[in-house]
Amino acid sequence: MAILVIAEHDNSTLKGATLNAVTAASQVGGELHLLVAGEGCGAVAEAAAQVAGVNKVLVADNAAYAHQLAENLSKLISELGRDYSHVIAPATTSGKNVMPRVAALLDVAQLSDITAVESANTFQRPIYAGNAIATVESLDPIKVITVRGTAFDAAAETGGSASVEAVAAVHDAGTSAFVGEEVARSDRPELTAAKVVVSGGRGMGNGENFAILEKLADKLGAAVGASRAAVDAGFVPNDMQVGQTGKIVAPELYIAVGISGAIQHLAGMKESKVIVAINKDEEAPIFQVADYSLVADLFEAVPELESRL
Amino acid sequence: MKVLVAVKRVIDYNVKVRVKSDNTDVDLANVKMALNPFCEIAVEEAVRLKEAGTASEVVVVSIGPKACQEQIRTALALGADRGIQIETDEMPESLTVAKLLAKVVEEEKPELVVLGKQSIDSDNNQTGQMLGALLDMPQGTFASEVKVEAGKVNVTREVDGGLQTLTLNLPAVVTTDLRLNEPRYASLPNIMKAKKKPLDVKTPTDLGVELKAHTRLLKVTPPAERQAGIRVSSVDELVDKLKNEAKVV
Repeated sequence: MAILVIAEHDNSTLKGATLNAVTAASQVGGELHLLVAGEGCGAVAEAAAQVAGVNKVLVADNAAYAHQLAENLSKLISELGRDYSHVIAPATTSGKNVMPRVAALLDVAQLSDITAVESANTFQRPIYAGNAIATVESLDPIKVITVRGTAFDAAAETGGSASVEAVAAVHDAGTSAFVGEEVARSDRPELTAAKVVVSGGRGMGNGENFAILEKLADKLGAAVGASRAAVDAGFVPNDMQVGQTGKIVAPELYIAVGISGAIQHLAGMKESKVIVAINKDEEAPIFQVADYSLVADLFEAVPELESRL
Repeated sequence: MKVLVAVKRVIDYNVKVRVKSDNTDVDLANVKMALNPFCEIAVEEAVRLKEAGTASEVVVVSIGPKACQEQIRTALALGADRGIQIETDEMPESLTVAKLLAKVVEEEKPELVVLGKQSIDSDNNQTGQMLGALLDMPQGTFASEVKVEAGKVNVTREVDGGLQTLTLNLPAVVTTDLRLNEPRYASLPNIMKAKKKPLDVKTPTDLGVELKAHTRLLKVTPPAERQAGIRVSSVDELVDKLKNEAKVV
């Protein structure tokens, strides 16, 4: 039986999280099909067909799928999913939104946020904010899965030559509609894909002070993140939150500035390769996971660090 | 408008979780339990809808052993009107929970169902979406703002790129994110009053739902521990380590 992977995209570009899900799917093994559902998403389908390891791209191009509404998409995916052994999506907010509906329509469980593939029916996933790792076996005929991107390497964007096939099915539940969105536009890399991440916490004091982190980030080609405390305090918007319920990151270098290191924050960044913590409180729990700890006033240390790089 | 809120009893978020030495599960013996934080936000939102005159009644439902009545009472103390416990000593999976809740929704006919987006124990983030699918209701997940008007609910959602707003026909399912509201503390008089509010107990059999296992938990292990590294005394030393030791800049 083949595996269906759900592509993450914005109708114009294929998002990187898809490539990590493709790698997880290829570890399961089997023919691999990628579903691109959207509106005017032809360019995404072309990009999807290039991804190494993908055998076939299914394209459902219709206004009903333009905004990835869960009500419409879940009907399409569950209908297609009946012919697959696994239906796999990245554990992004859109994957998390749609896939449980798919599972319920197929009357099967969902395995959320898997971090390892042990066999075609056995997977590892973090529970209790990553304080325990569960090994779970699926007893269902169809496995519905979301994949934690940081746990799998990205598949190569090129090298594949999949066939592209149109899917005619249109499901429009008519019960929900898109009103609008506020999407942050930034020239910096995406938080979950960046090689370097600079994050600020409550110690930043206010939103304006994030400017010093942005300067450091630009020097390093880094993304800027934040702890929940900084987001809750209104310093920065929600899409910058790193942690159990925000984004999970695992860059080469993570620089935590003015972040105490609550369990919920560590859950989102402790897989980073090298962790630097700058905090004036030498008892801060973040120092227990940091490779390099600097006890210092961040308002002096960060500009100094920026000037030395 | 009637609002139904589903809540879960979980380990208190301040408790450090430990894995059992036989690797069968985490150790929950003698551990402090509490209302799941996202569920608390769901209760608060429903109570605010009632205070604003939008909701007429707030019904709270929880699934679990008798002990979960404690969390139902907590929700009643926060302002919910009555409770329903679905008694089981098992830990039903998300799909089963959604099926049980779907039966309660069919009986109670609320126009809005509010749940936390995930529980901090299993971290699944599934039940609300599954409930929506089983009932063919629209959903607004990860909500940071909920506005009910003219037979619809507008939900602003926290998504990867920022915020997205949807409009949903009622009845609908909403799941809460962290910034939807800040839950109040229950006052002592309200805690006392909550003890007298009605609480019905039902069983999965009463609702005609079989507790089927779709997965098997093979083992639970502690995560790889990260060792603390070294203290550097200056920015210069830090830059030196990053360049010459870690080689990441």
